[in-house]
Amino acid sequence: MTAFAEKIAMYFQYSFVQYAMIVGVLIALCSSLLGVTLVLKRFSFIGDGLSHVAFGAMAIAGVLNITNDMLFVLPVTILCAILLLCGGRKSKINGDAAVAMISVGALAIGYLLLNLFSTSSNISGDVCTTLFGSTSILTLTVQEVWACVILSILVVILFVFFYNKIFAITFDDGFARATGTNAGLYNLVLAVIIAVIIVLAMNLVGSLLISALIIFPALSAMRMFKSFLSVTICSAILSVVCASAGILISILAGTPVGSTIVAADIVAFGISCLAGFVKK
Amino acid sequence: MTEIHISSEEDITVALITCQDLTLGYEGRAIAENLNFSIREGNYFCIVGENGSGKSTLMRTLLGLQPPLSGKITFGDGLVQNQIGYLPQQTLVQRDFPASVREIVISGCQGSRGIRPFYGKKEKKTAQSAMEKMDIVPLANRCYRELSGGQQQRVLLARALCAADRVLLLDEPVSGLDPKVTAQMYNLIKELNRKEKMTIIMFSHDMQAAITFASHILHVGHTWFYGTKKEYLKSDIGKVYALMAGGERQ
Repeated sequence: MTAFAEKIAMYFQYSFVQYAMIVGVLIALCSSLLGVTLVLKRFSFIGDGLSHVAFGAMAIAGVLNITNDMLFVLPVTILCAILLLCGGRKSKINGDAAVAMISVGALAIGYLLLNLFSTSSNISGDVCTTLFGSTSILTLTVQEVWACVILSILVVILFVFFYNKIFAITFDDGFARATGTNAGLYNLVLAVIIAVIIVLAMNLVGSLLISALIIFPALSAMRMFKSFLSVTICSAILSVVCASAGILISILAGTPVGSTIVAADIVAFGISCLAGFVKK
Repeated sequence: MTEIHISSEEDITVALITCQDLTLGYEGRAIAENLNFSIREGNYFCIVGENGSGKSTLMRTLLGLQPPLSGKITFGDGLVQNQIGYLPQQTLVQRDFPASVREIVISGCQGSRGIRPFYGKKEKKTAQSAMEKMDIVPLANRCYRELSGGQQQRVLLARALCAADRVLLLDEPVSGLDPKVTAQMYNLIKELNRKEKMTIIMFSHDMQAAITFASHILHVGHTWFYGTKKEYLKSDIGKVYALMAGGERQ
């Protein structure tokens, strides 16, 4: 046991491990907070869709030689999030179909552009990295860590501040609108927050696994708890624990970070199902 | 096609909602034209008609979720559109929603909070008294998805009471409920109308209930009718439908 602790202490002397831990935990926290709302609003796949949009946007940014691609990727992702979440009722295409369409479309265009214009010799390697985020969390710079910290704090503050409004529009959008809550505005806020989280999370688990970060903690929490507040808090705690465990295991065992975190989430989901079953 | 009957009986109470030359519809296509009626303080106002007759469009317009194609709705005696308590039909999302009864009831106060983020003492008191009126205080910490249909409906009604203290708009309040619970629900609404002096606007296709409980009836469809229940039962359209409702019961 002491050998185990020593090994971890040894790894934590490296700044890249510390950075990975900080960023990992923060992103897990943010995505789980919003996850509850997204799952309940039947937008589970929005994480998937938007992360593919972010992937496509990254490819375009690469082709256009934009040096700081975040400046391009973030606005594009926010725009798509707004289109998906706020277009809702009026659009002629259903929510899930629209998400699927944007998701697949952006993925295809992104890959196409990378193939046509990329100067790199290892395209499939690059694509794999973007999709599965295999190493990028271990190569974070100080600036990226700070950006992540600030954005995460902002997301948490916004979430707490709008918590009751988010509950109202998630439970019953029509009632909220009819009784004077500006549901349009809060849906917009929600869309922006989600887009920010997804762009942040791409560094951690890559675009393919973002959905897992959003869905699993929320679903696990819903197995065990019965009020919105307890589900939200439990989801946040589960997500942080799973992300920490996943990162530690991946460092010790040399497994890919993203997939290890998701595997931890799956285990937690299994345990929650059991716990929920026993509770009944 | 459109036929308007103006109520002949003198109404002494204040008009809360007045609709003048209202034309309703979607994307420029009119479903109903030249609607004129007013809903007065203390009315039990039933809006009946077949599916697709424009009932739900009228409801969305009254709630301010959709603008009328033409004409106008005026609110009298200091009533604001946002202060109409709304009992919607249940959605799929709500059936398995992890929320406690207390959380849902107090969310009815959200509209009056504006930008302020958290509920204060006043909201908690409003929610508590709404739960008392609906007799759901023992359920306050229960999970919404584990309640029976009738209990869920009372929770949503309590939420509507938090949003409004004068006017309630009910959309098919008994759909999916069994006969016993249906009767309880109608009694509850009647109590709200009589004791709490709430003005009730009920959208329903339950003709029997409309004839039993309503003070005024607006019939939407090929023929429009607006008047008191007595006038409705005397009118041609009312006779036909009352007969059908009676037939259904047997």
